[in-house]
Amino acid sequence: MLKIKNLEAGYGKLRVLKRISMHVDPGEIVTIIGANGAGKTTLLYTIAGIIKTMAGEINLLGQTLKKTKAEKIVDLGCSLVPEGRQVFSTISVLENLLLGAYVQSGKNGYDRKQELEKIYNIFPVLKDRRRQLAGTLSGGEQQMLAMGRALMARPKLIMMDEPSTGLAPLIVKDIFQIILRLREAGNTVMLVEQNARAALGIADRGYVLETGKIIIQGPATDLLDNHDVQRAYLGRDIE
Amino acid sequence: MRNFSYPPFYRYIFRYRNYPARVTIYPESGTLTVQMTAELFSQYLFAGITYGIIYAIVAIGFNIIYNTTGIINFAQGEFVMLGGMFAITLNNFMPLVPAIALAVVITMIIGALIEMIFIRWLDSPSILRMIIITIGLSILIREVALHFWGEGVRSLPYFNGNEISSIKIFSAQISPQVLWVIGVCLIIVTLLSLFFRFTSLGLEMRACSANRLAATLCGINAKNMVTFSFMLSAGIGALAGCVMSPITYTQYDCGTGLAIKGFTVAVLGGLGNSMAAVAAGLLLGIIEAFSIGIVPLAFQDAISITILLIILFVRPHGLFGSSEAAGLTEF
Ligand SMILES: Nc1ncnc2c1ncn2[C@@H]1O[C@H](COP(=O)(O)OP(=O)(O)OP(=O)(O)O)[C@@H](O)[C@H]1O
Ligand SMILES: [Mg+2]
Repeated sequence: MLKIKNLEAGYGKLRVLKRISMHVDPGEIVTIIGANGAGKTTLLYTIAGIIKTMAGEINLLGQTLKKTKAEKIVDLGCSLVPEGRQVFSTISVLENLLLGAYVQSGKNGYDRKQELEKIYNIFPVLKDRRRQLAGTLSGGEQQMLAMGRALMARPKLIMMDEPSTGLAPLIVKDIFQIILRLREAGNTVMLVEQNARAALGIADRGYVLETGKIIIQGPATDLLDNHDVQRAYLGRDIE
Repeated sequence: MRNFSYPPFYRYIFRYRNYPARVTIYPESGTLTVQMTAELFSQYLFAGITYGIIYAIVAIGFNIIYNTTGIINFAQGEFVMLGGMFAITLNNFMPLVPAIALAVVITMIIGALIEMIFIRWLDSPSILRMIIITIGLSILIREVALHFWGEGVRSLPYFNGNEISSIKIFSAQISPQVLWVIGVCLIIVTLLSLFFRFTSLGLEMRACSANRLAATLCGINAKNMVTFSFMLSAGIGALAGCVMSPITYTQYDCGTGLAIKGFTVAVLGGLGNSMAAVAAGLLLGIIEAFSIGIVPLAFQDAISITILLIILFVRPHGLFGSSEAAGLTEF
């Protein structure tokens, strides 16, 4: 699904990602954990085409991305739910969702109504609020809207940047349940999280990113048992 | 082409040549005394509405581009001038309606080219840089227009009748062209709001203005939307420039004044808010029209500048704007 080799990227002259190699297989939930400023968001933006690669290679669904525009990458089937929600706050909830379907509009076999019903099924609250401006939703509802909007594009790979930030524990649990359901429905998910324990709890595999480098990788259960991970990210004292 | 030899401050009056004789003009001071009658009142009101709605159209042009890019395109007035000038020139070779249609299309193409050549390649330019670019563009367009069309004052023929035909409405004598201006501008405003509300292209443009990053992540090409917003505002500016040409005349530098008025109205209504721009435009137009009884004509333009300054100091988010929009502190 996604294969990255020796990727380097950053802002201007600043190189944030240093020779990153990783992969995501179809049907997996892969999580990336790391401290603030480790470069997690930068990695997702680079894959999504918002930031240009400086070196290395990204291969998405069999296509090598070379200066591919962000719009094209969404069209290929890779959607990003960005950090900090980023809904269209001056536009209604329903229209937000319809905008998510932009890349699918006019394509064969895509039924916008049916897709919308699916989203409303996952997030019933969005149906009740569909006439409301997105900016007037609560933080959790906005997160659901951002996820729903990305799902409207029917992505093969969905990337989520810290979906649990600023949400009450109960809603965080809901969000993680939804990610599990997405996987059951055949989606592939790449999840960036501060909440390492919860993320590793639902993920198949994980990568640990530190100052732009991948320092540990492996099956999620192994990472949960790894002493370095426990000390640095799970806040557990090792005696 | 018609040459116009009155000193500039007379023009305002003579544009409405049906003013009753009770308006006395003292050329030495540039002032005039007026006895207000019901007749005169509605005369002023119509003059105010006409100018107000023209200002509103220019302001809406500002708003469309502001909404998708966050910049003020100071070349907006030049689009109005170009529309009028192209239509006048084309009218020598073809009837009025195709001449206007073609002039609007040409101006739209110019708008798109300007965006593609001067704006598109800038990655994330500062607001100041963009503003300087658009000011430079407006000077450039003006100079090119001067080169092609000269300094002469031109105008399109009246759409109906001629300069002395008039219609009586509420005891005011109105040139039919005034009704054309008001009618066409109202249609533009209505169609635009329908466009933004109900078409998918309109929705995509709103999305770009609401959140450019999110729009890109939905697969929308934000740069194309910016090009399109330049075309749209060039087009409506040009159309307004055509309908108003018979009464306001068109000259290579007439865009500057309009841009200042349009900008005042855009700020007055709250940047980015097109419906408020109509209200603010009418307000400014009517204030201006009635002020000619009180303030010397030469100070006419000072009124809008004064309003602009007061608004910028006191309510930078406009009369009808939300303070949320004022969060854009670049201005
Ligand atoms: N637009 C930018 N311009 C310059 N530097 C940036 C920019 N965005 C991020 N950086 C820098 O890149 C580094 C990585 O940032 P990034 O946002 O990828 O971190 P992150 O792992 O997502 O952190 P967090 O958990 O806080 O979201 C940081 O040192 C940051 O200062
Ligand atoms: Mg981040």
